[in-house]
Amino acid sequence: MSAKERLEVVGQVRRRVDGRGKTTGQTRFADDLALPRMVHCKLLRSPHPHAVIEEIHTEKAKQHPGVHLVLTGKDFPIPFGIMPVSQDEYALANVRVRYVGDPVAAVIAKDEQTALEAIELIEVKYRPLPTISDPVEALETAEPRIHDYGERGNIHRNQAHEFGDVEEALAKSDHVFEDTFFFQGNTHLPMEQQASLAAVEGDGKLLLSTSTQNPHYLHRQLACVLQMPASQIRVIACNNGGGFGGKCDPANHEMVVSKAALLLGRPVKICLTREEVFYQHRGRHPVLMKFRTGVTKEGKLTGMHLQTLLDGGGYGSHGAASTFYTGVLTPVTYELPRFKFEACRVFTNKPPCGPKRGHGTPQPRFGQEVQLDKIAEKLGMDPAELRLGMVTKDNSLTANWLRIGSNGLAECIREVVRRSNFKEKHRKLPHGRGVGLACSAYMCGAGVSIYWNKMPHSGVQLLLDRSGQVTVLCGATEIGQGSDDVLAAIVAEVLGIATSEVRVLTGDTGLTPVDLGSYSSRVTVMMGNAALQAATRVRDQITVAAAEQLNTLPERVVLSQGRVFAAEDPGKTLSFVEAVALAESKFGTLGAVGSYAPPKAPGKYKGAGAGPSPAYSFSACVVEAEVDPKTGWITVPKIWIAHDVGRAINPVHVRGQVIGSVYMGLGEALMEEQAFRRLPPKLSSALVHKIPSMLEYKSLTSLDMPEVDVALVEYPDPNCPFGAKEAGQGPLLPVMPAVANAVYDAVGVRIDEVPITPEKILKALELKSQGKPARVGPENFPAVPYPAPRFVLPPWEGGDGGELKSADGTPARKAKVAA
Amino acid sequence: MQPKLHMTLKVNGEEVEASFAPYKTLLEVLREDLDLTGTKHGCELGECGACAVLIDGEPQLACLVLALECEGRSVQTVEGLANGTQLHPLQAAFADRGGSQCGYCTPGMLMTAKGLLDKEPQPSRERIREAIAGNICRCTGYNQIVEAIEAAASELAGSKR
Ligand code: FES
Ligand code: FES
Repeated sequence: MSAKERLEVVGQVRRRVDGRGKTTGQTRFADDLALPRMVHCKLLRSPHPHAVIEEIHTEKAKQHPGVHLVLTGKDFPIPFGIMPVSQDEYALANVRVRYVGDPVAAVIAKDEQTALEAIELIEVKYRPLPTISDPVEALETAEPRIHDYGERGNIHRNQAHEFGDVEEALAKSDHVFEDTFFFQGNTHLPMEQQASLAAVEGDGKLLLSTSTQNPHYLHRQLACVLQMPASQIRVIACNNGGGFGGKCDPANHEMVVSKAALLLGRPVKICLTREEVFYQHRGRHPVLMKFRTGVTKEGKLTGMHLQTLLDGGGYGSHGAASTFYTGVLTPVTYELPRFKFEACRVFTNKPPCGPKRGHGTPQPRFGQEVQLDKIAEKLGMDPAELRLGMVTKDNSLTANWLRIGSNGLAECIREVVRRSNFKEKHRKLPHGRGVGLACSAYMCGAGVSIYWNKMPHSGVQLLLDRSGQVTVLCGATEIGQGSDDVLAAIVAEVLGIATSEVRVLTGDTGLTPVDLGSYSSRVTVMMGNAALQAATRVRDQITVAAAEQLNTLPERVVLSQGRVFAAEDPGKTLSFVEAVALAESKFGTLGAVGSYAPPKAPGKYKGAGAGPSPAYSFSACVVEAEVDPKTGWITVPKIWIAHDVGRAINPVHVRGQVIGSVYMGLGEALMEEQAFRRLPPKLSSALVHKIPSMLEYKSLTSLDMPEVDVALVEYPDPNCPFGAKEAGQGPLLPVMPAVANAVYDAVGVRIDEVPITPEKILKALELKSQGKPARVGPENFPAVPYPAPRFVLPPWEGGDGGELKSADGTPARKAKVAA
Repeated sequence: MQPKLHMTLKVNGEEVEASFAPYKTLLEVLREDLDLTGTKHGCELGECGACAVLIDGEPQLACLVLALECEGRSVQTVEGLANGTQLHPLQAAFADRGGSQCGYCTPGMLMTAKGLLDKEPQPSRERIREAIAGNICRCTGYNQIVEAIEAAASELAGSKR
């Protein structure tokens, strides 16, 4: 390490490196690109939620003037899917359509208008199949199967894990709370509609410029679908106009324009309409949940049995991972001695669900935190004290063998409680006003890659030359979260220069080292660690060369504010440019690479790959709500949130990530809803999207959005670059339960489902006035045929992180180690 | 196919000529025929505000205006906001204060804010929130956008003094 003592870039409020481009309109999003001889693509989408394609006639469309190419499922024999276990999508449906909006054919024409006209000329004969509209129907309907893979019938994934004997723990508890919750699905609604431009470049290789969060996974999938060597394909992830998880899956339209560009030898572009973005979806899974939670009368958890049922929609997408995430992070916030988690994902005939900000975790966090509010009330405890009494510790393991590093949850709770005056308000405000508290934790990057491999999760390359220019390359993708700025900041900090001296080039599989993508809040930690390693390697070359000139030892050389000098003699300095030139003279052309792979997780059981992360962020949130008992209308005047970000690389933008998360969480809490309706029987009874427009899909405007008070809590994590953890997803999670808890404090009704609408509040108030339980939420939890659980002892019961098995290899129910 | 129109438009203070099909919106003509892709679209149905530009100083949704209606009128887009390489105070404030994350709503936000500040140099926080209520931003939660507009207003007031 160099002798510099203070951080000069990290932790400072700075203009983000992409700020200028974004405010001048110079940043090029995918739809801003155009190329000579470019032609345009439109997709024909299925009007049926579930049907077999019997015939498809494209002759008339092909003959339409201005049409260059018509493609159908026959042109795409190879399936794809983001998860290796769910290769179930075709760029264009081959035999079967599985949701209204499933792409069936594509027209490439001289302009969009002509392509649209030709789309109308394609004749498709469908044989409709029964529609499966929700999870209960999916469980009850074994045939027809929406897919011919998965567990059985229409069950896609079905799994169970038990960490210690939960029934025993519940039996010994002073109280057992049993609650069911429902979290409705919602969608990302990025402002940018997905767009892609494919072209064969002068070197004969395919270039796809597209709005993707994950160029690397897309690159692999393209190679597979197009049956081409990946080395002949280059994917550029353009700046995303918002992602939120919606641009993680490789998408049909990306495959289609790539194939068309290869066939036509000219650039092919597509931009989805807003309606199509709703069909592309991959948003929040609707999840039904049941919690059975044991507590002592002092307010300590004894055990929890969590069951979840996910409505997956028509394809696998990230569903295998989403299923795990409806439970695996549950034990990260509070000490939970024993934990049983059963989860099931079913297929239904709706647009596929996938990862949305918080991926699978907001749903159980909602249930858990609302249930804790009920527990606090029953035990006569303050909700903050209840939580503070059981927060997880630094450097601890959870029942399911996740390793927690730095942990600022207790401070987050104290901070929001203090700033919001929670204790003076809770249970004390007049009827109609209330406050609610909730907490969460989130991962800083998934510990394992989506496909099994032993390679780095992130790579960074650094190039320097005698001009003093510093160029940093990484496959990470700027989706608005500020990853380019984080990359520049880390390099600038190590090299003692300003971020404006660094040129950042990201998200280009043809030029930049692999980074797995902008998902799972992994970029700051993984890309950041890779950047730190690359920059440190280059700095070591610079300090060796400069030390000779400065007559000092390399470890005494300081790089600071564009100058290079010996710690003992700051008067004698070299400029950064001079020092780089000395290093280039000594070592030849300068450059370095850095890479990062997460530490190995301690869990060894099957399924232990979901949940581990190099670090966890923590958040606590207080929402104040005003509820009009006459109309049920909810107003949220203010929200306080504290987030343990480890260290803020750029505080102004961390604050922005936190407020943005709160915004999205509040929208989910109050109004956002991906809802469907059945057409009347004379119109096929098909299940259609209720609201594929921005006008109908309600989201918060500037008038609805309250002021957010943000406290950044900084508990640096040793696994993270400069200690920095994530900020882009975690702060969303506590908002929904905090709203529900505030509504209860205001008018004494429990809304155990999301969104919390005025109608539901009125219904609950009505029930209350009738002397019935003042609650709106799911009445019961269906009988899901979960498998026998894999049984693993928690760390404190003497387990080794592996599954206990009987002699015949089946899951063993019990194996008390200490007799 | 309808014949194209040939028209002169005044965009960012310059006269520009364009030929386009008469059904094209101002948004399409700006982006496709004049290569001014700074103006964005999020719906093309008047629902999101991403396409806001100033027409004769008034914020308008370019996706709801036919280009042929703009003959003889002055259109201002985000490309005309900076003075040479010097950012307009609104641009600088958005870049410095978290007003722009993904940047996709930013051009529409900036033009809407400029429309406001041109008329009301010192708007209250409430007025700012009202003025941008038709511009959806999915990233920022609006707080830092409002703060950036306030900062730009003070900056502009300071430079006039
Ligand atoms: S593009 Fe959405 S309002 Fe014009
Ligand atoms: S900054 Fe992304 S939509 Fe506003």
